[in-house]
Amino acid sequence: MNPVVGVAAFVAVSLATAVIGFYGLRISRTTGDFYVASRTVRPWWNASAIGGEYLSAASFLGVAGLILLSGTDALWFPVGYTAGYLMLLLFVAAPLRRSGAYTIPDFTEARLDSRAVRRVTSFVVVVVGWLYIVPQLHGAALAIRITTGLPAWVGQAAVVAVVCVTVVSGGMRSITFVQAFQYWLKLTALAVPALFILFSLAGAGAPAAAGAAVNPTALAPAGPYQNISLLVALLFGTLGLPHVLVRFYTNPDGQSARRTTLIVLGLLSVFYLFPTAYGLIGRVFAPGLAKSGQADALVLLLPGRLVGGPAGDMLSALVVAGAFAAFLSTTSGLVVSLAGVISQDVLGGSVRGFRLAAVISAVVPLGIASMTDSTALAGSVGLVFAFTASTICPVLLLGIWWRGLTDAGAIAGMLTGAVLCGGSMLAGAVLGGAGTPPWLAQPAAWTVPAAFAVMVAVSRATRGRVPRTITRLMTRLHTPERPLATER
Amino acid sequence: MPDSPLFTAAAIAVIALAIAVVVAVGLKVLRSFRELGTDAERATYKTLHAASRAGQYLRTGLNPAGAAKASRQLRSLLGCDALAITDTAGVLAWDGSAEELKPALMGLAARVLEGGHTAVIPAGELQLLANGKAAPTAPGAERAVVIAPIKAGTRVVGVVAAFAPAAGSGLVRATSEVADWVATQVELAELDASRTLLMEAEVRALRAQISPHFIYNSLNAIASFINTDPVRARELVVEFADFTRYSFRRHGDFTTLAEELRCIDRYLLLERARFGDRVQVSLRIAPEVLSTVIPFLSLQPLVENAVRHGLEAKEGPGHITITANDSGAFAEVTIEDDGVGMDPEKLRAMLAGHGDGDHVGLRNVDARLRQVYGEDNGLVIETAPGEGTLITLRVPKSQPMHDA
Repeated sequence: MNPVVGVAAFVAVSLATAVIGFYGLRISRTTGDFYVASRTVRPWWNASAIGGEYLSAASFLGVAGLILLSGTDALWFPVGYTAGYLMLLLFVAAPLRRSGAYTIPDFTEARLDSRAVRRVTSFVVVVVGWLYIVPQLHGAALAIRITTGLPAWVGQAAVVAVVCVTVVSGGMRSITFVQAFQYWLKLTALAVPALFILFSLAGAGAPAAAGAAVNPTALAPAGPYQNISLLVALLFGTLGLPHVLVRFYTNPDGQSARRTTLIVLGLLSVFYLFPTAYGLIGRVFAPGLAKSGQADALVLLLPGRLVGGPAGDMLSALVVAGAFAAFLSTTSGLVVSLAGVISQDVLGGSVRGFRLAAVISAVVPLGIASMTDSTALAGSVGLVFAFTASTICPVLLLGIWWRGLTDAGAIAGMLTGAVLCGGSMLAGAVLGGAGTPPWLAQPAAWTVPAAFAVMVAVSRATRGRVPRTITRLMTRLHTPERPLATER
Repeated sequence: MPDSPLFTAAAIAVIALAIAVVVAVGLKVLRSFRELGTDAERATYKTLHAASRAGQYLRTGLNPAGAAKASRQLRSLLGCDALAITDTAGVLAWDGSAEELKPALMGLAARVLEGGHTAVIPAGELQLLANGKAAPTAPGAERAVVIAPIKAGTRVVGVVAAFAPAAGSGLVRATSEVADWVATQVELAELDASRTLLMEAEVRALRAQISPHFIYNSLNAIASFINTDPVRARELVVEFADFTRYSFRRHGDFTTLAEELRCIDRYLLLERARFGDRVQVSLRIAPEVLSTVIPFLSLQPLVENAVRHGLEAKEGPGHITITANDSGAFAEVTIEDDGVGMDPEKLRAMLAGHGDGDHVGLRNVDARLRQVYGEDNGLVIETAPGEGTLITLRVPKSQPMHDA
């Protein structure tokens, strides 16, 4: 592939992000009209922004790669990534918005009336955020290596640098516009090349290199346990993603939070059609990529390979731009929300503290990413979801829906989930890829129930610690807002 | 699952967690083995420790929950068989043996509650008084009691009763001291309660009122339109009604940024009736922070200050810029005018509570912000004579306890 293409695409996306971030608000929102100025973010905008922040390297590159490798089993990933929002819609979106809390630690502290719970939650949120940023940087490394031939660390450092500069310089002022733009960019960057490839294949009548059902590698298919466990991780993990949950604060009330979630479901459903299409096309027309261990780069390589010529270069540039949009938007969303948590809990909440925290929350994962090696992007992100599902999800669900939750129960449950899930990830790493039994490779099916069970049991045992504010808070979480007419 | 970076990352996290737990437990164990000093030092420590623990429990005043926990500490302090704390109406807490005497205690304490003097009832007499007859009790189960009044100020608010086989002068003196100490704690609790009340009253008093000047000026401006432009006059009266409905509302000390902007809009419409196009406004509001909760009427006084002290004294048109930005976990609102500005020294004195009645609105908002969000989150004002004024306020986005 022409190296200029990759670099140009990266620079273009970074510039577009910065320009929209710096000037988006100034252009669209400078007015003398109070009516215009106090228009809230429409659910469509906010849903696009959530989509932009949520669709990470795993969705953009990883899903297609996994479908190339393991066929229909991998379809559970897009299904789970999307269906998690159904859980969010049903159980979390509106009550969380009504709580008036901004971050997850803010919510747990208010709900359980305890500083200790806040500290534990903050710790877990920071771990989740760091673990989530690492695969994004691996994706960036892969994209830079494939498209330009530069060493892998260049891609990681470039993404971290761009994110740090925009966040620290206040370039994320109009973060909703930036992230909404990123969603539509990602969708275009996948959809246009996919349609071009389909048309050119259909026009040329190219012969299939392999049947869609043929397994291109010798890997054994996943059993029912793995699929169930994966689905549990993805369904429950979505409930605890710090960068997605802070976006609900932008909605003016619980009802619009629900509407936003519904639109997100639609947007994600449309988006995931395309990675699936890439995976299928790859299986039929380019099975060689699976054997050479470049499955994750499938989306990046396919346009050049199947269309070719200047048109192929253009399409490749578009796909690379989309991929970098994915790395940048997810990373910056995570960095902003992590910096909020770190600056509030450790650095006292000042502006300078926020900037320092932003740099810390971007540089630490860079260190981890440069020391480790990426294999399967969708799989790594799936594990982060398992960790989130075993720690933050139980405290959110029980906190919203069960009056009996106590601070001791919440802490015990979160720590149990973190130790069990983290322990199995660790054990899996020690045993190595092939030797890991399924229950260690996909721990969510037993760590999530364990975390729930411990949380409930300890809460029952410490019944006296149920906070006194519980009735007031539960009323607030579950009753619709006052209608505007009675507001004045 | 093939080995991935996350395994390594998770490994690091888990190891760090394990180390933290081990270190914490180790420190705790070490501390418990540390040298504890001589017997006298330990006795002093034990006494002070029991007193401070009991003090914590009594911090909320004389109530059954606190008294029950405190009586355990106080009994170990006095070394008696049983210790009871009462208020004027009934027994709040009983710790130790001889529970059979509980029903009689209030009768015994009546004299102390009335007279305010310590009473000592010797062993034989206690059983007689309690049962109405000299009940034959097993030797060794006989008890004497010392009842000391808890005096908060001049009132007797309860008693401390200590039961022991014999009431020596040591026990009598110690019980009186304990009762005095409890009284101090109760007084502290009452002080706490009245401080809270004071703070609430202060917040209520600070709850901004719209300025009387503004009402007077607006009505005059509207009056001048009644003959020349009745339609406009009618519109202005409606705006004025809406404005007063918002600012006179009874419920809630908080509102959202969007509501407050609507109020400023009405306010400026009314001011424009007076100033015409001399007041120009531009806004740049990040939509993410529109639903942020802010104290009720905390922006309108700042805009009024900009109009009143910034633009009114100035010749020609004046410009007010209002921005609201997303700043991490905070929302940052700025109000800037290009008017005559203020003398920083005077402003500082005024915010500190000295000086004349000018800029009362600013001081009021500043005090409320400090009251609600802590001393670090007051107004930040940048100004100089002739240079205009820039006022910044930062409000945390997360306020689960405040209903808009």
